Amino acid sequence: MSVRIFHIAANTFREAVRDRVLYNLIAFALLMSAAGVLVGQISIGIERLVVVNLGLTAISLFGVIIAIFIGISLVSKEIEKRTLYTVLSRPVHRWEFIVGKFFGLAGTLLVNTFFMAIGVFAALLYVGHGFQTGDGWIGVALYFIILQFLVMTALALLFSSFSSPLLSAVFAFALFVIGSFAEDLRGFAGMAQGLSRWLATAAAYLVPNLSSLNVISSVAHQQPMTRQLIASNSLYALAYTGMALCGAVLIFERRNLK
Amino acid sequence: MRPSARITLISTVILLGCLVTSGFVLHHLDKLRSQATLEEVLYISSPKLLKRLSLGYDGLLADVYWTRAVQYFGTKHHLGSREYNLLAPLLEITTALDPHLTVAYEFGANFLAPPPPYGAAMAQRAIELVEYGIRNNPDDWKLYYNLGFIYYTELKDYGKAAQAFGRGSKVPNAHPFLSVMAAQMAQHAGELQMAQMMWTTAYQSTQDPDVRANAITHLRALQVDQDVTILEQLIAIYRQKTGRWPSSFSDLQAAGMLRALPLDPLGQTYKLVPGGRVEVREPDEFPFITKGTPPGYVAPPLKFRPSDRGPS
Repeated sequence: MSVRIFHIAANTFREAVRDRVLYNLIAFALLMSAAGVLVGQISIGIERLVVVNLGLTAISLFGVIIAIFIGISLVSKEIEKRTLYTVLSRPVHRWEFIVGKFFGLAGTLLVNTFFMAIGVFAALLYVGHGFQTGDGWIGVALYFIILQFLVMTALALLFSSFSSPLLSAVFAFALFVIGSFAEDLRGFAGMAQGLSRWLATAAAYLVPNLSSLNVISSVAHQQPMTRQLIASNSLYALAYTGMALCGAVLIFERRNLK
Repeated sequence: MRPSARITLISTVILLGCLVTSGFVLHHLDKLRSQATLEEVLYISSPKLLKRLSLGYDGLLADVYWTRAVQYFGTKHHLGSREYNLLAPLLEITTALDPHLTVAYEFGANFLAPPPPYGAAMAQRAIELVEYGIRNNPDDWKLYYNLGFIYYTELKDYGKAAQAFGRGSKVPNAHPFLSVMAAQMAQHAGELQMAQMMWTTAYQSTQDPDVRANAITHLRALQVDQDVTILEQLIAIYRQKTGRWPSSFSDLQAAGMLRALPLDPLGQTYKLVPGGRVEVREPDEFPFITKGTPPGYVAPPLKFRPSDRGPS
């Protein structure tokens, strides 16, 4: 079982590399170099902040875009090219296919994030002529960004398991935007009354809470993250990813592929 | 030449031609629309709306708005403008997006408070900005220092300045000068000594080359103001004693009132002007001086000496 999932994941990773997904690293490198050199000349006192803010924001946005646009085509492309039937005619379960695809894209994003993180630390070294003790929290922000990718990849897979690529992209992106407002949504729910309060609260808990995974601004100011936040975010992201992935498996298991 | 090679060549030539043409046309358009300054437009003025629109990436947006504020102030200041209508909103948006961006309070207040051409003459908005910064960063002593600085230099409110320095002196790791300043403010200490102390603290508390150059330039101006005041007093005493103006500083030396020829902070001799006035030889080299300039002198746009910015 695990070997089959591994092969599907490895194949998904290879395909993503062949699709030149990692070319975004070039754009990222240019962005970081430009930020490192230019910001000091056009602004005052924020060289280090810009490198952290810009670097982590770019990692997050590039990764979310990749997670959505590659994630939505993971299933549909296999159906379109009829390679899915070849895979499923072998002793491979449908759920293994979905889980393998998920790990393949998650692995691609992990590699992408790793190289981008090197870029951020290199730019930080260039701008700050060394590291500071608080820079270690950037690692926590990167970890949260990876958790965010897991959630978005699972959601993109969920939508692609029953919808067209275009609609899946719209749904996934809409959830990304709503998820960024998750804390506001809970605030609105708290202000509502009666049935609308229950509905708003249910909606607020159903959408992914991506705002708690975004600590970019805090780590840019070297504010420490508590162990409780790290543990809670990890558990939440894994639970939400598991939920979306199970939804994708349940739908894909019942999907008529003829 | 193969057809494919010919197409490649023609396409490349057309591409480069179009690129150059678009560049030239854009340059021409910029000249035509030079009055339609883009920086005078603030499309979204609500900090709350902008924070929502940032989708949680508010730190980067705050950096962008802070850079925009710096560029806005710098460009208008360079052009000799006396109005900075967008400066306060830009700073308020910046700090609402990232309340911990202390650099925006520190330098933003210094852009807002002074009278034109060195600032926007909005001392009250500057105080509100710094107070907002203190509420969000109560342990940053530099913010209390900035607050006291504005009260002292712009509003001449020694009581409030003493309060601000006093509050700051209680913050952990506060600069020791803060408690001294608080005490001196309470006693309404001599302005020159106080100003020198403040600019020295400003110089010591930052690594930014422009801010350091600004502090050095102010310290130099204070020195000139002090020198000119003393020299003109000596000249007045000389006239009282002899009944005539001295023709040069050598007369004061000969009378035993000066030990040597007085030099300005850049090493040039001061100029003795008929009528008992003292002037610096290169007033453009001393922005911020209030004494020692020729009558009707208008200072050029502020430019720091490259050597004051230190090694880059």
